[in-house]
Amino acid sequence: MSVVDTHRVFRVTTASRIASVVGLLLLLALAAAPWWMGRADLRLLGEIYLYLSLAMLWNLLAGYAGLVSVGQQAYVGLGGYALFALTIFGGLHPFAAIGLSVVVGALVSIPVAALIFRLRGAYFAIGTWVIAEVFRLGFAQVSALGGGSGISLPVDVVRSLADGRDAREATSYWLTLGCAAAVMAIAYLFLRSRNGLALTAIRDNELAASSLGIDICRSKFVVYVVVGGLTTFVGSLIFLQKLRISPDAAFSVNDWTAYVIFIVVIGGIGSLEGPIIGTVAFFLLRETLADLGSIYLIVLGAIAIAVMLVAPKGLWGLVQDLTGLRLFPLGYRVEPRRAGKE
Amino acid sequence: MSEILGLSGVCKSYGAIVVADSLTFSLRQGEALGVIGPNGAGKTTMFNLITGTVAASSGRVQYNGRDVTHDSAAKRCRAGMARSFQVPQPFGHMTVFENAMVAATQGANLKGREAESTCLDVLDQTGLLDKANAVAGKLALLDRKRLELTRALCAKPKLLLLDEIAGGLTEEECHLLVETIKAIHGTGMSIIWIEHVVHALLKVVERLIVIDFGKMIAEGDPASVMESREVKEIYLGIEVDA
Ligand SMILES: Nc1ncnc2c1ncn2[C@@H]1O[C@H](COP(=O)(O)OP(=O)(O)OP(=O)(O)O)[C@@H](O)[C@H]1O
Ligand SMILES: [Mg+2]
Repeated sequence: MSVVDTHRVFRVTTASRIASVVGLLLLLALAAAPWWMGRADLRLLGEIYLYLSLAMLWNLLAGYAGLVSVGQQAYVGLGGYALFALTIFGGLHPFAAIGLSVVVGALVSIPVAALIFRLRGAYFAIGTWVIAEVFRLGFAQVSALGGGSGISLPVDVVRSLADGRDAREATSYWLTLGCAAAVMAIAYLFLRSRNGLALTAIRDNELAASSLGIDICRSKFVVYVVVGGLTTFVGSLIFLQKLRISPDAAFSVNDWTAYVIFIVVIGGIGSLEGPIIGTVAFFLLRETLADLGSIYLIVLGAIAIAVMLVAPKGLWGLVQDLTGLRLFPLGYRVEPRRAGKE
Repeated sequence: MSEILGLSGVCKSYGAIVVADSLTFSLRQGEALGVIGPNGAGKTTMFNLITGTVAASSGRVQYNGRDVTHDSAAKRCRAGMARSFQVPQPFGHMTVFENAMVAATQGANLKGREAESTCLDVLDQTGLLDKANAVAGKLALLDRKRLELTRALCAKPKLLLLDEIAGGLTEEECHLLVETIKAIHGTGMSIIWIEHVVHALLKVVERLIVIDFGKMIAEGDPASVMESREVKEIYLGIEVDA
């Protein structure tokens, strides 16, 4: 009898089945939030979804492809400006502009990748930051987009979103929820696919990965471009929420990279669960420490260092070491077949 | 029979140290070749040069009738070369089965159920099936070495390169390994095997080469190579040093 008759390969686990049901119910409840939540809470949730999306994307880049970028604000800002430019000058509906921002981001990321992929390690990180600064200085020169002081989204563009303030708030909220759900679904489906398996292998060992047929440079390039496109998409939604953009806000390294790195590092880099836990932890901290003023950043830094020392794989790494739990069934499990049961 | 691998004048040096000195030999389709030589002789380096992990300073590598000197390691693997690493290189956070799946899906370009059943078969053959769900980074050294062999086989190679996989095995385990490799060779696979456990090596290979200071110093039928003056000098030298 061959092994194929005695053993079976599973991809889903009981924990992941439960997680997917709970996740779906949560998504439904959150989608209904505009009917049972106040405006301020909706805005906070929207912000959480957008940070979750950014964290998921940065985690793909740094945690899986090993591309530690500190310049993703380049794409966030690009997305914001794409939204403003395409609606104001292109006359597009905001929905179309947001959709098109993915393409803009992906197209821009191709030559950027060609440039910074020549750099390794710390030089790569510095390169990404330099690119983001170039973007910031560049957009500050465009007086039609408000130059250095910025510009507001025209009232008629805002009105075209939906009739009435409540409907607009709800639409904007659903867009952010849809964005987070889509980014998670894309990350999950990608990591589960054979290209995702290759990327996970690269995460663990580049030497072995290349010796087993994986084209490392190509894989990293694809991830960089996809993440660039999607980060631009998130950026356009961020500034649709803010309704105002300036180069300093658009290309803020603190807001769009430092906080995101914090989230991924304390949550657990190189896993899908990590960014979710990290986002929850970050917003809990932010809401409780809001009164501290600038000390708040020092506290965040201290927490990040403490987590890195105590639990280098983040909070999720801690949970997983203790329980062996996996919420996203990315892997494979081999189980013996029981006699008489097919 | 036709040639599957040919090295001509392959050189590699790190600064002033020459670690591959004009290596020239060829391997016939379906042949099993053994490689011996003292520590630091350049055996692993030769594998790095064949598989493309390290670029040659000069010389040519021919594989399956094609010049692959400038091909990446990944491309050579997809063309049918697979190796085991002397110092195991597992995908540490993935399970044993997932490690195998990487080789089957990327190296051998298999899909879905076919990839899965290939991995199950190979794991059974290499004795790792019981540990299929174990996290590779937590395996003991012997199992890590088994995993190296497993992954290489899951890539469905035409040319299999084994780098010291028998060290540290018990008598019985070593016997099982030899039987496994014989069986693999029996399917017509071409093999190059670097091994310090010479008695195991000699049960499998049809030809032997000896490398010292990056140079091939002897080559031929295993029995006569082992009897040659060069080999005796090297191994006597080692004994005197020790
Ligand atoms: N990246 C490197 N830089 C400098 N020297 C290197 C490098 N890699 C290998 N060497 C040197 O090349 C020589 C050959 O090493 P190699 O690993 O090929 O030997 P080996 O025959 O496989 O030895 P062993 O039996 O111990 O495995 C050694 O002297 C080693 O120190
Ligand atoms: Mg070696």
